[in-house]
Amino acid sequence: MPAAGMNTRQDPKTDGQQPVETSKQYLSRPSIPDHDERSDSSEGERPPLPPRPNTLSLLNDETGSRAALQAEATTAISRTDIETQLPEAAESAHSTLAIRGLSQGPKARASLSQLASPRGSEAGDSASIRSSIPNGDSGEIEALFMDFAATAPDSQRQEATGLLDFPEFAADDIDDDGILSEFEAVGELNEEGDNEELLLQRWKAKRKHYVILSAAGKPIWTRHGDSGLISGYVGVIQTIISFYEDKNDHLRGFSAGDTRFVVLTRGSLHLVAISRMMEGDNQLRLQLEALYMQILSTLTLPSLTHLFSVRPSTDLSRPLQGSESLLSSLADSFTRGSLSTLLSALECLKIRKQHRQAINNALLKTKASSLLYGLLVAGARLVSVIRPKKHSLHPGDLQLLFNMVFEADGVKAGGGESWIPVCLPGFNSSGYLYMYVSFLDIRDDIENSAEITKDESVAIVLISPDKEAFFEMQEMRDALVEQMERNGSLKEIKTAIDNGRPATTDIVPGTVLHHFLYKSRANVQFTMSSYAPEFSSVTRRRRLMSMYNNLHASIHAKNTHVKVHHCVSRSATSFGWVTPIFEFYCIAEPNTNRNALAQSASKVAQWVQREEERLFIIGGAVF
Amino acid sequence: MSESASANAPKPSSSVKLVLLGEAAVGKSSLVLRFVNNDFQENKEPTIGAAFLTQKCSLPTRTIKFEIWDTAGQERFASLAPMYYRNAQAALVVYDVTKPSSLTKAKHWVAELQRQASPGIVIALVGNKLDLTNDGGDVSEAAVAAQNESESARDGDEGANEEDDVQDAVSGDARKVSTREATGYAEEEGLLFFETSAKTGTNVVDVFTAIANAIPESSLKTGRGTGAGTGQTSLARSAEDSRVNLGDRNAATAKEGCAC
Repeated sequence: MPAAGMNTRQDPKTDGQQPVETSKQYLSRPSIPDHDERSDSSEGERPPLPPRPNTLSLLNDETGSRAALQAEATTAISRTDIETQLPEAAESAHSTLAIRGLSQGPKARASLSQLASPRGSEAGDSASIRSSIPNGDSGEIEALFMDFAATAPDSQRQEATGLLDFPEFAADDIDDDGILSEFEAVGELNEEGDNEELLLQRWKAKRKHYVILSAAGKPIWTRHGDSGLISGYVGVIQTIISFYEDKNDHLRGFSAGDTRFVVLTRGSLHLVAISRMMEGDNQLRLQLEALYMQILSTLTLPSLTHLFSVRPSTDLSRPLQGSESLLSSLADSFTRGSLSTLLSALECLKIRKQHRQAINNALLKTKASSLLYGLLVAGARLVSVIRPKKHSLHPGDLQLLFNMVFEADGVKAGGGESWIPVCLPGFNSSGYLYMYVSFLDIRDDIENSAEITKDESVAIVLISPDKEAFFEMQEMRDALVEQMERNGSLKEIKTAIDNGRPATTDIVPGTVLHHFLYKSRANVQFTMSSYAPEFSSVTRRRRLMSMYNNLHASIHAKNTHVKVHHCVSRSATSFGWVTPIFEFYCIAEPNTNRNALAQSASKVAQWVQREEERLFIIGGAVF
Repeated sequence: MSESASANAPKPSSSVKLVLLGEAAVGKSSLVLRFVNNDFQENKEPTIGAAFLTQKCSLPTRTIKFEIWDTAGQERFASLAPMYYRNAQAALVVYDVTKPSSLTKAKHWVAELQRQASPGIVIALVGNKLDLTNDGGDVSEAAVAAQNESESARDGDEGANEEDDVQDAVSGDARKVSTREATGYAEEEGLLFFETSAKTGTNVVDVFTAIANAIPESSLKTGRGTGAGTGQTSLARSAEDSRVNLGDRNAATAKEGCAC
């Protein structure tokens, strides 16, 4: 069914990235006090940047293809709590739970013209940002910000509703075990089956589940518990889904207490996300979409379609055997919180332009004849990429690759070089490409090589359409490493990795910001500050992700045209700011002065624009 | 094991292309990891696609450099297997001594190799996970077999099997494929046979050494120094060496230029 949308898209212009036009809408961007001329000069300055057109096609925003994928005509019925698929909503994938509250009440809006005025940031109490607490739906808004409500969901929520203010995270990290237990295995049924109750209890305690089943009701994959244990529940899900299917309708999601269920149907597959982590439908849907892409990546669309057309009752878990770890590691990264999924963008390693250039050149110089894509990746951050002029890369595909190479252990633990058939659904969902992966040893002390963390490991990924090209790729790798050793690139990469992401205070000394996210829309890439010191622990990081989720959801709510969103709670102040050029999200102390916040935000944005060519891969090298 | 040995007089060195085949989760990657890094990982994730590793093995008269293709055992990768065994000089067909179905799968692989691979290929049948059995690799296998027999003889009725299972659970012996059965099959087919434990290291190096010894001198390409590069017996190159595969002819000749 989604075949039409799955074809390779090569037209860069379909993505709503309009780098040239953007400068016209630039007015709404706050300009910087000391660079008054900037907003004017930038109009003349931006469009002529030579690599701009390439930029467009380097990384295609996924939303386009996603919209195509989801374009199924259905009847429209919508009820209070049960979301069915509205024809229009199919594309927007709007999130009910997350957005309803935020989008309806009066929202923190700011007059952009005021924010944009050169003196805006100095204007003191002229209060360019007006924030107001939404009244009607306060209960729901609170729920959004309440990440780990699971401990005492009901009491907390009621209390919060009554109080009309924002729920708080506990100040300390008491709940680290809570989030960590999310990744633990439920365990297996013993032979007598007498531990079933215990296992089910553990299973129910998980705050996040994914279940993939076939239209015929066969369980295909579940994040927690094996299909034997939870077959009853899978049956229930199947019954609920088919109840709507029978009426020619598609179930999109529903709530039960504090648990949100989101259903995504793709061909003969139903993918279900069950979350008590207060995530929006939109986010859950993106996560399910990524899981579906992983299945396509393993099997390709034609063979998936074929399997079910030959035998609708096919047990897909068999052909998927061995790729469960890929699905699980994707699911785990969503549970921890994945910014690249949230923003549908990629992060690059910050490195000087000339150093990146040198690496690009080394890649181009050593390029093997059957190479399609060549990538150098440091811990899921892209360092360099070369590609044919007419083919772009899709962030969704890269996310699958990075998950396979860095998150799942199957490739890395092997210790050698790998040769992996992989389908990149964004590139072409109907066939396999062959991926050569080799990890680089950039540490001086081999002693500690076992302790190299995910962030520090550097991989060369070479992709070819030729399944016999392994040794050709291996040769290219050897030549590439030699080149990079000679011109010092390896050392530069190591330095860049060691430097890590900058702290907010490195960028703006004394800033009130604890963390920020900046997405460059045209480049489909993002950058952010370091998690340390505020968000080093898993739990705190997860909360940060939740705050960003909510900020993102409120800004991107359907039918709202929010440009600035300022949200105050007792535990944090969050601030989102969207222009045609970038999306900016940041988190600060509660009770942060609005002006200080706006000032810092614009300084960071200024910094990003100054460092643009180091933070992002602009255009990339083509051949 | 090998580095130190090569310190004295340079021995002739040759590359041997070896492929590992067998059902998923029998321990192929673990065997390789033990052989190459002398390491073991509990609960290793399944291999995706195939991994390529090299390791030298020093014999009294020469050094063998193994170029190892560790393939994924899942059904969906089976169609790629010919690419890896097509020009292999040696194959390790692995099964799990605690899982009878894995021996059946191993037999299929052996048959396929005998049918499709290079005629002179040296095949070793390897029963892995010996650590899960009572013999743990140290006790002589015959003794264990005898013991098993005496147990069933003692109980000698219908309840015997159950009793055995209980005893297995208690004693921790999970063996389901007897050494005798596998040896018999290996002898029939003219295979090398070993029972190994990648976890404890039992017999792992022995398998590779035995293979190195079993490779006929004539099929070794000599004169290739150690520094000659890893990709010498490339898929494409050797495709042209031994067997005529029409599908690959073009690719082989096209790549010939850059492969060396």
